Formats: sequence, structure tokens, C-alpha cells
Amino acid sequence: MTRYRAAACAAVLLLATGSLVAQQKATITGVPDIPFTPVPNFLKLPPNENLGESVAVATNSKGNIYVYHRRDTTRLFEFDRNGNFLREIGKGYYGFEFAHSVRVDKEDNIWTVDEGTNMVTKFSPEGKVLMVLGRRPPAVNGPVIFPVGPNPPAQKYQFCRPTDVGWDPQGNIFVSDGYCNNRVVKYDKTGRFVAQAGSEKAGKGLGEFNLPHGLQVDERGQVWVADRTNFRYQVLDNNLKPIKEITNLGVGWTVCISPGPHQYVFHSNSNPNGNTPGSWDITGEIYKTELDGTVIGKFGKPGKVAPGFQVVHMMDCRNPNEIILGEIESWRVQKFILQATPASRSAAR
Amino acid sequence: MKPFAYILLAIVVLAVAPAGAQNTAPQINFDSAANALTLPDDVYLGEVAGVATNSRGDIFVYTRTGHPYLSLGTARPFAHNGSRLFQFDRTGKFTRELGQGMYGFLFAAQVRVDPQDNLWVVDQMSGMVIKFDTQGRVAMLLGRKPEAVNNPPRAGGAGAAGGGGEGGGGREAGPPPGAGRAQDVFDRPTDVAWDAQGNIFVADGLGNARIAKFTKDGVFVKSWGQRGMAPGQFANVRSIAVDAQGNVYAADGGNGRVQVFDNNGTFKTEIKNLGNPQALCLTTGANPVLYVSNSNPPTDIDTAGEIYKMRLDGTMLGKFGRAGKLPKEFGTVNAIDCRTENTLYVGEIGNLRVQKLTLH
Repeated sequence: MTRYRAAACAAVLLLATGSLVAQQKATITGVPDIPFTPVPNFLKLPPNENLGESVAVATNSKGNIYVYHRRDTTRLFEFDRNGNFLREIGKGYYGFEFAHSVRVDKEDNIWTVDEGTNMVTKFSPEGKVLMVLGRRPPAVNGPVIFPVGPNPPAQKYQFCRPTDVGWDPQGNIFVSDGYCNNRVVKYDKTGRFVAQAGSEKAGKGLGEFNLPHGLQVDERGQVWVADRTNFRYQVLDNNLKPIKEITNLGVGWTVCISPGPHQYVFHSNSNPNGNTPGSWDITGEIYKTELDGTVIGKFGKPGKVAPGFQVVHMMDCRNPNEIILGEIESWRVQKFILQATPASRSAAR
Repeated sequence: MKPFAYILLAIVVLAVAPAGAQNTAPQINFDSAANALTLPDDVYLGEVAGVATNSRGDIFVYTRTGHPYLSLGTARPFAHNGSRLFQFDRTGKFTRELGQGMYGFLFAAQVRVDPQDNLWVVDQMSGMVIKFDTQGRVAMLLGRKPEAVNNPPRAGGAGAAGGGGEGGGGREAGPPPGAGRAQDVFDRPTDVAWDAQGNIFVADGLGNARIAKFTKDGVFVKSWGQRGMAPGQFANVRSIAVDAQGNVYAADGGNGRVQVFDNNGTFKTEIKNLGNPQALCLTTGANPVLYVSNSNPPTDIDTAGEIYKMRLDGTMLGKFGRAGKLPKEFGTVNAIDCRTENTLYVGEIGNLRVQKLTLH
């Protein structure tokens, strides 16, 4: 399906480049720039280790950094808060094939979302498997033939290229699913299905999705979804009823919500894969907003050379003034120190 | 509605009713040990297809740890790896890996230990039954791994590698569907068992729907069964066990029953109302019992999942557990070890784990 989607995108690009570009470009104007300082050579790898497509990055409560990346095989690395390599988790693990997301919950459990195995895995802080959601297609059935025609109906406990995971304060689990389903699923903390929004079918209405690509849950239990191919974000209530959409911040690749009593939301209008001519002029920036949607500022721009962004795929914002970015196309993770939002500005909503 | 339609409806109702699992069995209280197995940092269990103990209490786990790799740039696509065999001591501490890089380890189906403590591994995708002696050396092989993987898989076929194998009846003129041929070529085999004389019984199993019997030296004796619903036919054979008298118990999951045969494959009786029997275990000793898992489908944890305990004549003793992800819940049980009647090891597909259960 994605192949068709990609083909369709290519066709649209050829026939109507103008309109697509218009959708990629954020329509919001007059957003102030947030001054920021890059931390050069942030992650330090042992000799002969390297990162692949660094699609996923997250930190735990101690500041340790997890990078879930596509190397020779998909791998999960842990670094200390200063970027020194500590260890690898899940070496040879059944649920790893093609990384998409890593997130850390309040108890410092590490959750991976793998769009190659269709599995979401909860690891303990020690790196032991505690729970799995979804099932890897059995190898004995042979190579998966690329599906033709409509997606099969979405099932309660199976994913189709899932993309991200989050939790509400009660520990309920939310999964964005994904590239061939187009839905958000809620499970209770024991892994039992509760509800879903969307379905296997892509749609444009509120509560429908077209490639839900990133997901986070705020302290009110509201679910933020980066609805990528619809060029928007959607906010759902805790039972997955749509509350609103945000359409002026560009593509909607990924979303990050900082913890604590005053939460901020980061949205990435990531530059597209392939770096088409002109794309760097209208994409790549990250927006910082309040939970109520007030846009505080933006920072960053695309570039092959650090501190440029090369298709930001995930952000860590545990400290809203220290943003860690995982990028697809430069196989790297970068850290940036942002100038703090003045209290008066936050208060002046 | 025409009379014919009523008859049809009645048939449908009658056919569906036995599929429901027995709910009248008393509940058996049980506990699940925390951290039954201790794994090294770099060893992870995948889908646990098989778990078995030997007479010393060593625990063997045959698990789908990764997917077979197809090599590119070759005359045909060849499949490698995908499953691993681990050994633990009686306390659950990891001891070693067996058969690393073994040619037939693609997609784990089952592991069993015979009365002489030999270890038998069944692989669904390579279509092989591999016997290891107590030293861990390969002692005998049944079946042959298909040389290459069909890509795309054959139409209607099950496995890309195993599917439509030479023994795969029904895709070619000759034997009835699922009956296989008079040889040790299997199509997605699932399990192995032995009688007191050492004769070998292979559940051949998901691609075929038969049981094949071999002498203890691996000489083909006969096979029975084909795909169907009648006595002696199978929807599939998910698991088998043999009692002290040589009777063969076969989990016919798709037909919601356990069938019992004599040592030569003559149908004796069936035990019904068991949901989807997927894993079987028979205890030894004076008063043997049979454990049968009504395993939930991997796609759903809101149905089934319980394990039944019964006498060999089908008299129900009780049931325990349900589908789910927590301890004491089950995610598609595929293997039960019952060397000790009230201490069970259970291998799960859905939860990538082994639980050690104590029944009260």
C-alpha cells in the first residue's frame, strides 16, 4: 500500500508540485525564532560501532539516552547523559527488524515500536522483555507479498507497520498504527484492547488518519497524533474522540510533549526524504507550542551538515530546553540547548 | 424459509456447537513462578514453540528468535537460521545453546525429551525432526529441508519452504489432501512422540494432516489421516502424545477435539468440547493425566486460553488460566511439559516466554 502511496505521491509531485509544496510549508507566519546552541559530537560511540538511520531517540529519568536505529540489523543502544555508549539492549531480539520508535514510560521501561515485525515491546529498565503487543508475521508463511488493493480490516491485537506508542497518567497504552492501518489504538495497561479511532482505511475527517506517524499523550490524557499525509496534527480525548486538528504547522512528522506541571509540545515539519529542490526552503523547522495551541517559537532548518536537520524522525523533550533529535538521513542524533521560554511569555497566553 | 434451509441451519448449529470449550470443569488454583528462566543479557526468547525437561530437570526451549534470512545473488533463494535451542538448569539458569547454526533450525515447532533423555526438535519450516543424543550430537534425522524457498509461495500453499513439499498431498495427483506419502517427507510438522518400544510418531501436522509412524531406527511404518472432519481425519494435528499402552493422542485443533488411536492408527475415540487443542502433555506413572491447552489465536487475547486437566478417558478434572499478557495468563500456548504432574512448564507464542506453573 505504501508503495502505491509513494507512487501516488510521486505522481502528485510531477503533476502538481505546487500544491504539495504548499501543504508542506507551514501556513503560520510571524513565529519568532528560538535561539539555540548545538552540542557538537554529542554521542560517542566505541570504535567500530556506528549508527544507522537514527529514527528513534528517547531518554529515561536519569537522562540516559536510547537510540533505536536501522543498522545491519535494527539495534537499540543506550548512552549515558553525556553521550557515552553504555550497552546494547535486545541484541538479536525477535521483535527487531525495522526500527520506528522508542519511548520511555514513567517507570523507565523502554518501549520499542518496530514496523518490520509489527511488534511493540516493553522492556524493563534492565532490558528484559515484559510485554509484547502485536505479532510478527510467521516466517513459515513465506515472504510477505506486497498487498494489492484495499488494506485488510484492522484487528484488535495486530498492527500493520505501527509507528509510535504513548501512555496516559493511568498507564493505558496508545499505539499509532501506522503505514497500512490508519488508526490509533488504546489498550489498558495489561495489554487488553479498549478502543480505536480510525481504521484500516485512510481518511481526512476528524478522527480519521492518513499515516498516523507519531503519537504522544499529555498529562490530561489527551492524545496528540502527527497525521502525516493529512499534513496536520490531531488531538483526541482519552477515549479517542477527536477534539481538534492543527493544520498550520506543516507536514506533521512527529510530536513530543515535555513532562511536568507546565507541558510544552514540539512539532516537527521535517524536510521530506530525498531532499527535492526547494524543499529546504519551506520545511525542516520545529515548533514549540503550549498545550492550548499557542505557538511560542520555532528553531532549526534542514541541512546535510550539522547542525542542519536531515529528516527529523523523533524528538526527545524530557527537558524542554534540551532537545535531542533523531534523523533518518544523516544517521545521527543531535542535541540542542534552547533558550528557555520566558515565564512572562508563557503566562501571556 | 424453505425446509432445506432449516435443515442447513440445523447442520450449521450442530457443527458450531461442539467448537465451544467446556466451561463446566472446576477451576484449579495455580501460581506462576516469577522469572522462571534467567537469560543472559544478550539472549532473548522469541515465540516459544517448545519447552521440555529431561530426567535431571534440565529445561530445553526451542524458540523462534529471528526470521530466516534469504540470501540474494544466488541461483535460488536459500533460507538460513531463524530459530534457536537453549538449555537451562533445573533452577532456570541459562546453561548453553545447542545446535547453533544448525541447518534445520528455521521456524521452531516443538521440542520433546524421550525416556532415554534424547532431545527431539521439530521444525515447521525445514520440515525436519532432529534427534540429539544426551551429548548434544545429532543422532538421527527425519525429513529433509527443502533446498530453496519458493518465492512467491505456491498458490494455496502453506509454507514457502515447507509448503507443497514432496510429501504434500493434495497439491498434486495422488494421495488425498493432507495424507502425505509413504516416506519421511513432512509438510509443516508440529510434534513428535514415542511408544514404549521406541517407535516414533510424527504429527505432520499443519501442511499435511496426518500422523506418520517410524520404527525406533527411523524406518517408515505407516501413516494415517487426511484433511477432514470424520473420525481419523484432521483439520490439523497440532500436538501428539503416546500413553503407556501405546495409544496415540492427537490434538486436532481445527476440529476442536483430541482423537485417540491405537498403536497402528485405528481410531478408538475422541474427546470433544475442548475449544482449540493446540498443546498436549501426558504424564507418566500409575494414574496418568492429560493436559490440553485451548490456545487462543495469536490475534486475540479476549477468548479462550485455558488449559484442561483430564483422565485419559476424557473425564474432566479441572481447568486453569485464560488468555492474556500478565503472569498466570497465556498467550497462545504451544507447549506443555508435565514431567511432574503439578509442576508444568508452558511455552507461549504470544508472550515470548516460558511460565513455570504450580497447580494446587
